[in-house]
Amino acid sequence: MPDERGHFGKYGGRYVAETLMPLILQVEQAWKEAKDDPAFWDEFNALAKNYIGRPNPLYFAERLSEHFSNGDKGAKIYLKREDLNHTGAHKINHCIGQVLLAKRMGKKRIIAETGAGQHGVATATVCALFDMECIIYMGAKDIERQSPNVFRMKLMGAEVRAAESGSKTLKDAMNEALRDWVTNVRDTYYLIGTVGGPHPFPEMVRTFQSVIGQEVRAQMQELEGRLPDSLVACIGGGSNAMGLFHPFLDDSSVTMYGVEAAGHGVDTDMHAASLNGGTYGVLHGMASYFLQSEDGQIIEPHSVSAGLDYPGIGPEHAWLFDEGRVNYVHIKDDEALEAFKLLSQLEGIIPALETAHALAHVAKIAGDLPKEHLMVVNLSGRGDKDIFTVAKMLGVEL
Amino acid sequence: MSRIEQKFKELDRPALVSFITAGDPDYETSLEVFKGLPEAGADIIELGMPFTDPVADGPTIQHASERALAAGATMKRTFDMVRAFRADNDHTPLVLMGYYNPICAFGIEAFARTAHEAGVDGLIIVDLPPEEDGDLRKALEGRGIDIIRLITPVTEESRLKVLLNGASGFLYYVSITGVTGSASADMGAVERHIEQIKAHTDLPIAVGFGIKTPEDVKAFGSMGGAAVVGSAIVNALQAGVDEALSLVKTLSKGL
Repeated sequence: MPDERGHFGKYGGRYVAETLMPLILQVEQAWKEAKDDPAFWDEFNALAKNYIGRPNPLYFAERLSEHFSNGDKGAKIYLKREDLNHTGAHKINHCIGQVLLAKRMGKKRIIAETGAGQHGVATATVCALFDMECIIYMGAKDIERQSPNVFRMKLMGAEVRAAESGSKTLKDAMNEALRDWVTNVRDTYYLIGTVGGPHPFPEMVRTFQSVIGQEVRAQMQELEGRLPDSLVACIGGGSNAMGLFHPFLDDSSVTMYGVEAAGHGVDTDMHAASLNGGTYGVLHGMASYFLQSEDGQIIEPHSVSAGLDYPGIGPEHAWLFDEGRVNYVHIKDDEALEAFKLLSQLEGIIPALETAHALAHVAKIAGDLPKEHLMVVNLSGRGDKDIFTVAKMLGVEL
Repeated sequence: MSRIEQKFKELDRPALVSFITAGDPDYETSLEVFKGLPEAGADIIELGMPFTDPVADGPTIQHASERALAAGATMKRTFDMVRAFRADNDHTPLVLMGYYNPICAFGIEAFARTAHEAGVDGLIIVDLPPEEDGDLRKALEGRGIDIIRLITPVTEESRLKVLLNGASGFLYYVSITGVTGSASADMGAVERHIEQIKAHTDLPIAVGFGIKTPEDVKAFGSMGGAAVVGSAIVNALQAGVDEALSLVKTLSKGL
């Protein structure tokens, strides 16, 4: 998976304006060549080690595990510390990979969309490192709720452009990025920030992010001498989850949980759970599950977390959902907030609000699992960017 | 012979393709301008199917979609509008333009059947390249509806062959790399490219994107047989039905 035209079952594919097709076919060709070129991976691995700081730890969260334990029950919880990467989230993994590809293709101008700003910051970072022009599209609402990240992007020389249409969040930022790309197709590389968009992006981003799962595999082998029993990750577009899950998909003993953002609840009209509350559709270059009306109009999502506030999901997740390989569950805003506070207090680690959704699901299941159960949670990002949002939710004035 | 073929056969001058968004600013106003277009000089009508996320469109047509949706536009209402138009016009070719998601939601087979019954002659689905249009093409079989393929300034010869395979009705030449309603194209570059395309096909070629004035219509229309005006008409309609129709009259007089 996927097939040669990028299909995961009936999902994925390449649904873009004809103006973009020749370039996307070039991206595919360049990616095929890069994937088989040891020199490309040498450069990627060197940067992963020396610039990102990989491998990051697989940390046994003893106090968190104790907190959820319940008599003779309670899973042993490990945190995969993507928050310790340079720029503070997993997004840097696919940014390094894609900027190397853009360089191979001779592109000097990079555009990207961002929700929480993590992908925007990571993109601005690699553009500074590789001396490329960088334009970041961000929903006007997200610019407001993620102001620290906006400032970080600007500091590194990126131009941040506000998407003022629609819900003024991630979906609209992606629309604007696509409009920019169609206009500047000759010199621009669109550095897509998730396992979504037209083929080959879902497969390419997955490949770069798979470093997460590969490290977990080796680290767990070293720490416990075996595979983990379960994996938990939050899902907006799905890049951190796919990176953790993919190297384990063939291991039937490993249970996987992808945690969607339920906002005020999936039974309300204020959520961002595309799998649990959406239907088949086509948007942003891919067929997948989307939040939409009966008439095929996209519904504006809601999540407290800007990074999960997207009405769709990567096509491979859609396929895994149909196949039943991954359990896709959902967590509400207030549950995520509780988990945010809990991890901060018990482990001294402030998680991103996105990541807090994964932790909130752990809170629901860890206490019923046997003591020997090894659970890995992808701590996909750090929460410094969210302190203003959280303070506001808690009624604290900073 | 299809209405599109018939139209190009009977015209001894370039055709004017006029675009409006179905339901903009509301159903009644939109239907009124729609019905008035043929008499104002529109040879072919392109009717936009509103969508929340029109990624190939500039602000003018984005806002038209937003207004239409706010006023209650749906795919069903778009077909109602087509039927109402066809009730007293059986000759003007009608092309639906839009994005694939609302078609998927309507159901591909149901869409093809309803479009055929309502009297639609062609489809331009912006985000559906030939690689992905198999399901739709299959549903359209035997229903006499053309899939209008898009060719762009970055289309090279190898890609052109892919696009021409299965193309019918006419071709739509996107004159610039960009979204609708942008600046006008470089005339010389468009003309050179269209000459190259003509070596591979006998289909008429309608040039669109950035075409606003009677001079544009004449110049670009003469290259391949038709010119498309969209955003300029949508803008004029903001001022009123008469303003929109009078613009179309002015545009068509140049031909």
